[in-house]
Amino acid sequence: MEARIVEIRKGVLKKNDLLAAELRQRFQQARVFVVNLVSSPGTGKTTFLERTLRDLRGQSLRVAALVGDLETDNDARRLAASGAPARQINTHGYCHLEAEMVSTHLEGWNLSEFDYLFIENVGNLVCPANYDLGEHQRVAFLSVTEGEDKPLKYPKMFNSADLAVITKWDLAEACEFQLDEAVKNLHAVRPDLAVLKVSAKRGFGMEEWMRWLAAAREKMQKPETVVP
Amino acid sequence: MPNTGASTVHELSIAQSIVEGVLETAERERAEKVLRVRLKIGRFAGVVADSLHFCYEMAVAETIMEGSVLEITELPLIIHCSPCDADRILEGIQLMACPVCGTLSGDLRQGRELEIESIEIESPESVAASNDTGDAHGSSHRRNS
Repeated sequence: MEARIVEIRKGVLKKNDLLAAELRQRFQQARVFVVNLVSSPGTGKTTFLERTLRDLRGQSLRVAALVGDLETDNDARRLAASGAPARQINTHGYCHLEAEMVSTHLEGWNLSEFDYLFIENVGNLVCPANYDLGEHQRVAFLSVTEGEDKPLKYPKMFNSADLAVITKWDLAEACEFQLDEAVKNLHAVRPDLAVLKVSAKRGFGMEEWMRWLAAAREKMQKPETVVP
Repeated sequence: MPNTGASTVHELSIAQSIVEGVLETAERERAEKVLRVRLKIGRFAGVVADSLHFCYEMAVAETIMEGSVLEITELPLIIHCSPCDADRILEGIQLMACPVCGTLSGDLRQGRELEIESIEIESPESVAASNDTGDAHGSSHRRNS
């Protein structure tokens, strides 16, 4: 017997990354704009998404949602009440969604019938950061009830986000939430990160979110500019 | 224990992906035993080394990787600072600012790695020799030792 060293130099999550790249290509071909929503449990992702689906449908846009939870289909039922197609992904113990789970749960859907697809990840600020789902944009949520230092506690997740949304803004005053501090911390881990403040319950900030979405989607649909 | 239940599950699925990736190569190389796995983990990979070691033990059970050593090299964050026009190593992970001039930078050059670098395997000598000559299908020369 002989011992020898074999070089591998391969990403541990290569399988997920390859599948995510395939998904991204499918999304692009179908011209559906895909957003991955990440946060800790209880930031109000589902309430925010319910409102988002309703508002987009109000603009005659075609929307769909996938929602990940360890157990129960409560969230999918809440989201489906908006009239949009919504499917639950139960991870049964997994603390994050993987590209394969997304791929499986898209079966039977004609993606080109959608303008937007939202993927609500499992409430967790650690694990979902590692798993690319083929999304165009990743939005991280921070609620005013959580404290301004959350980005410093979970720098990796906020660093991987394209947008930070501060939720439950209607409670900001009662919580003595320091916006400057929160933004400073967000920018410490991700300089130039765009930040929005919303209250999905009261409707505050939703228009600005709609504008952000429309602009991001438009950018995705523009053919890549060829540099001469 | 620094880990919550959730992050242990996360490291378990990472450990399973490592085993899958290693076995793929080990089988191709006709290894009879995997002795060592070298892994590179960036500070932003979101993986806790202690927890990963723990999950690794479980994931390698009853495979040719059982008993192998998991060697982890942790890589610090490196950002590129444009005013300094230099790559800078960061001490922590909570401030993406140049340690020299203080400018914030979103240009991350290192820290997201989660990579199997190499493995040390035990295989019959003839297999190693035939691989050296570029004959990957030299199974007829294989000697069971």
